[in-house]
Amino acid sequence: MHIFANPARFLKIARPATAWTLALAVPLIMAGVIGGLFFTPRDYLQGESVRILYIHVPSAWLGMAGWAGIAVASVMQLAWRHPLAAVAGRAIAPVGATFAFMCLASGSIWGRPTWGTWWEWDGRLTSMLILLFLYLGYIALASAERERGGEGRMTALFGLVGAVNLPIIHYSVLWWNTLHQGPSISLTGGSSIASEMLWPLPLTLFGFTFLFAGVVLMRMRAELARARAEARLRRNAGT
Amino acid sequence: MNHWPFIIAAYALVLGGSAALAIWGWISMRAAERWADEVTRR
Repeated sequence: MHIFANPARFLKIARPATAWTLALAVPLIMAGVIGGLFFTPRDYLQGESVRILYIHVPSAWLGMAGWAGIAVASVMQLAWRHPLAAVAGRAIAPVGATFAFMCLASGSIWGRPTWGTWWEWDGRLTSMLILLFLYLGYIALASAERERGGEGRMTALFGLVGAVNLPIIHYSVLWWNTLHQGPSISLTGGSSIASEMLWPLPLTLFGFTFLFAGVVLMRMRAELARARAEARLRRNAGT
Repeated sequence: MNHWPFIIAAYALVLGGSAALAIWGWISMRAAERWADEVTRR
């Protein structure tokens, strides 16, 4: 990671990576969405509403992965004072918050025809809502600390402490009685979803992940460009 | 109950939100990089 400590070196890689991630995201999302809407069977129990799976699961994954990214950036900032770590944390937060919100909203829409309710205060839904509030707190704290000219260490600590919510979200369906279904896809233990229904999910998972990465790279590039312009203006004003 | 209005609403929300994120990221990046280039050229 230290090879990216130099912003110029990071930008050299980030510029083509932005184009590549977005170019990969669009066809993967389109293929997954078309496949999920028109080329998969309806579920015997949930009916047609099961198609919301293909956008709800990537939103949930990226809402949680975003905070995991913030936690990694926080460690890099606190332990190694990596110059791009704070920039990465600030770039990830609004994107992760948007995906956490889209997870909650799409889950709520899915819940109405499936459970008969828009919302239930159970472990999974409540811990995901807390994640959204943590994102909003992180964004506010990062903004306040930046205005004060701070290094962002408090924000990094908040990012690290907030990561405790991630295992709570993950295991909530096992620890508490919940309307939300238990884990049906595992990286090690296969899937309880039939393969003819499952195949569009990896497409949307990878597609939205590439989109997330592309947007984060664009936000990092924007922040580095603003910092470069502000530094030049300060230098000009001083001479 | 017809499920399709719920499906359409969920897809519109997530696809629209993702597109808005990407467009917002692109516009703010282009504006910032253009500003930085202008300031550097001065």
